[in-house]
Amino acid sequence: MSGYSPHTDAEVASMLGFLGLSSLDDLFEVVPEALRLARGLDLPDGMPEPDAFAYLDDLARANRPAGRDLVCFAGGGAYDHEVPPVTRALASRSEFVTSYTPYQPEVAQGVLQAVFEFQTLVARLTGMEVANASLYDGAAATVEGVNLGVAATGRNVVWVSRGLNPTWRQVLATFGAGTGHQLVDVPLENGTTMWEAAAGGDGPGVVLVAYPNFLGCLEDLAGARAVCDRTGAMLVVAFDPIAAGVLRSPADWGADVVVGEGQALGMPLGFGGPYLGLFACGLAQVRRLPGRLVGETVDAEGRRAYVSTLRAREQDIRREKATSNVCTNQTLMAVTAAIQLGWLGTSGIAEVALRSARGAQYCRTRMLDLPGVEPLATAPVLREFAVRLPKPAPVVIERLVDEGFLAGIALDEGYTSGGDDGLLVAVTERRTRVEIDGFVDALSKALR
Amino acid sequence: MAAPVSDVTPKPAAGGRASSAPLLGRDTEPTLFELSQPGRRSWQLRTTGIPEMALEDLVPETHRRHAAPKLAEVSERDLVGHFTRLSHRQFSVDLGAYPLGSCTMKYNPKVCDAVAALPGLADVHPAAPASCTQGWLQLLVELEQQLCEVTGMAAATLQPAAGAAGELTGLLLMRAWHQAHGQTRHKIVIPDSAHGTNPASVTLGGYEVVTVRSDARGCVDLAALKAVLDDDVAGIMLTNPNTLGLFEEDISAIAAAVHEVGGLLYYDGANLNAIVGVVRPGDMGFDIVHLNLHKTFATPHGGGGPGAGPVAVSERLVPYLPGPRPALLEDGAGSRYGWTTTPESIGRVHSWHGNALVLARALTYLLVHGGDGLRQVAQLAVLNANWLRTRLSGTFDVPYDRPCMHECVLSASSLKKSSGVKALDVAKRLLEEGFHSPTVYFPLIVDEALMLEPTETESLQTLEALADAMEKIAAEAVLPGGAEYAAEAPHGTPVRRVDEARAARALVPTFDARP
Repeated sequence: MSGYSPHTDAEVASMLGFLGLSSLDDLFEVVPEALRLARGLDLPDGMPEPDAFAYLDDLARANRPAGRDLVCFAGGGAYDHEVPPVTRALASRSEFVTSYTPYQPEVAQGVLQAVFEFQTLVARLTGMEVANASLYDGAAATVEGVNLGVAATGRNVVWVSRGLNPTWRQVLATFGAGTGHQLVDVPLENGTTMWEAAAGGDGPGVVLVAYPNFLGCLEDLAGARAVCDRTGAMLVVAFDPIAAGVLRSPADWGADVVVGEGQALGMPLGFGGPYLGLFACGLAQVRRLPGRLVGETVDAEGRRAYVSTLRAREQDIRREKATSNVCTNQTLMAVTAAIQLGWLGTSGIAEVALRSARGAQYCRTRMLDLPGVEPLATAPVLREFAVRLPKPAPVVIERLVDEGFLAGIALDEGYTSGGDDGLLVAVTERRTRVEIDGFVDALSKALR
Repeated sequence: MAAPVSDVTPKPAAGGRASSAPLLGRDTEPTLFELSQPGRRSWQLRTTGIPEMALEDLVPETHRRHAAPKLAEVSERDLVGHFTRLSHRQFSVDLGAYPLGSCTMKYNPKVCDAVAALPGLADVHPAAPASCTQGWLQLLVELEQQLCEVTGMAAATLQPAAGAAGELTGLLLMRAWHQAHGQTRHKIVIPDSAHGTNPASVTLGGYEVVTVRSDARGCVDLAALKAVLDDDVAGIMLTNPNTLGLFEEDISAIAAAVHEVGGLLYYDGANLNAIVGVVRPGDMGFDIVHLNLHKTFATPHGGGGPGAGPVAVSERLVPYLPGPRPALLEDGAGSRYGWTTTPESIGRVHSWHGNALVLARALTYLLVHGGDGLRQVAQLAVLNANWLRTRLSGTFDVPYDRPCMHECVLSASSLKKSSGVKALDVAKRLLEEGFHSPTVYFPLIVDEALMLEPTETESLQTLEALADAMEKIAAEAVLPGGAEYAAEAPHGTPVRRVDEARAARALVPTFDARP
């Protein structure tokens, strides 16, 4: 018997007797004999927990995690920000970890209130009126933002800035095969989107831009807003929640929908997941909002209470006419983000963004002093920036791994007009001067 | 009003009854924003030694916020108190039995949490070169292999972040398959008992839903199915056992009929816990399978997520799987793990590689159980559900009175007629008896549905206590004042029945939107 099923042999026998059966196999008599797996699963025998843990620990030891032995300068949507013990401790409380979707609000006020607070915090960061209870990740939020914009405008042409994270762009294309959206790529020049270069059919229903963009550059979103005003398109802005601590909010720039990746709000790098898709919009679009939304109400005694609301948008009620198919989302990550934002507070979020910007500036200046290292763009940046190296970036990254640094992400050819020399470098508030100096020295050696 | 009969000390129930959970009063917990005091803070950051440039010298004026975003200002002690108190207002599997049908709320082994917290897994950057991620890649490859054996499929993608994402991925695989064979098909067949995600995914996949009714036995009506099948049908989405907890005995005939018209069969893995190790979707004739790792493989549900929804496919669909996929690559120098993408791939469906730490938990669960252990999971899950169905069949209606799989669907229809007590009232009463509610009003084809899925990790004593509670609720319903008492339930929970209509009518989606 597995260690997690409590049944004793005697209990199994008595339960079978109660059902008038003689063996556990009898429970499956409804399954046609020919379909039953007589041989059993061809899997190894179950291991005792300590052995399984040791096996997984061996696999973990075959990785090189970010840390003192591999100082992280990689970003691209996954950042090495501080996650304090208090966030880890609260977010791992089993009441949050082992509960289901809050279908019975009377016994789910804990998750519901935490999500309500998360929605409020995301609304305040973006400047938007309403935020949902989370989506899977930045890419999924982007897909949903585009779907909302297409539904609202009735036009399926989407102008996509090349400054959008390229993997999110790929996910958008994958799901666009089903929805039939026409994606029109708008190129970058010197790190910012050339909206005048866009040309696509009858004009866009959605204009999609990232702030900061994938290359770390800060674009003047007035240009994108002007395109929307001229064409009637909706402006979807992919924002960064840490950068939002010091940057003009997407709402201030005139965004209609704001999407983003929330990993930086207390989630570990985790090899890419589980992360947190952020989604916010104006109240005018709330009936098109994808996924769950928590609202405040009262209970039968008039006390404040929280509940999932506007449920008629959702798949379990609306079925094929739902605004989205999302059911399971990333609630635990939303709760984690609420805790982390509570820890950061008003001053902390700005401080993390400022310190990251200082580190990036210091690191960029030192790197550009190296012979043959050139900026890929001169547009202003915050925490992340792109350079061209005198050697192929993948080779340099491997060399620096040997020196104890994760140098960044090799840019694909779309960003370097064909070269493999583009490197995207991120500097968070966790990087010290000693680490950055060591990194630049190692890079200098690798480029020699 | 008072309970119609006095409470007695509940019988001990190994594991699952939560009616003794202590709560200090029933005050409202203030929000983080009401706890906030200007100038207070929790954060502490590293000393970096980097020159302290001002923001004005780093970011041009056009891009700067004029004021920091107003969040909350609390001390670490405030933060811990607040979220700990919120956690005390939340039911969870760790607290007690959670027989929420269709959700497979089984106990989540703690060893899986310990694995997911290993720095060698949790702190790996997803864009790190393969030389830094050999352990992760091996883990993913081994998980894929195990899931393929469990489902009887040839290969899988681990990228989809949840079941619905898996469904949409599967539909796009169908689309790619038909297109590669020079066909554009428009329809997907779905039974009327299906989960709501199925039709919602069909729309996003660019298809139209064709609903096929269930027969008197609660299964797909084969004749009705054949009547809607033609060469415009791309495929069918089925859950087996279906959402009534019943095994579709005609599955081989269904598969043959769908394949006959060139369609594909999609297996919604939401109910795999019933049959894992006993019968495999691949052997039933399915072409595409999604798995809910947060159900069958016990990765905790996190209050609504994260999940993981890998999609496994038969040999002929392998080239279309999302990429990049982890693989053991051979070259002259030997073998090492890396990433591969086929030219026919439908593309990425996730920002990175899927909900990786959830995937690590699932592999741990698989390793601890092994093949025999998984089979036992299904056996005991089905045993528990049938025990509960049989025990309660004298108290509640059993609309489809035949052996069930891992869950049973009862109905409060007769109880409603005799007492006025609805399925919703039964659900709310159960909360104050120390159990989470069953799923109510689903599947849609059952009147006053109460869908119970006890899972294999609840003990016989917990099942007895749960059945006792259900019987007590039904017995009290017909007593004088019983219906009124049930309609007001729950009485002792952190909040009483919540006004959902008001929440929708006067929407307050943030603290700042409060009147």
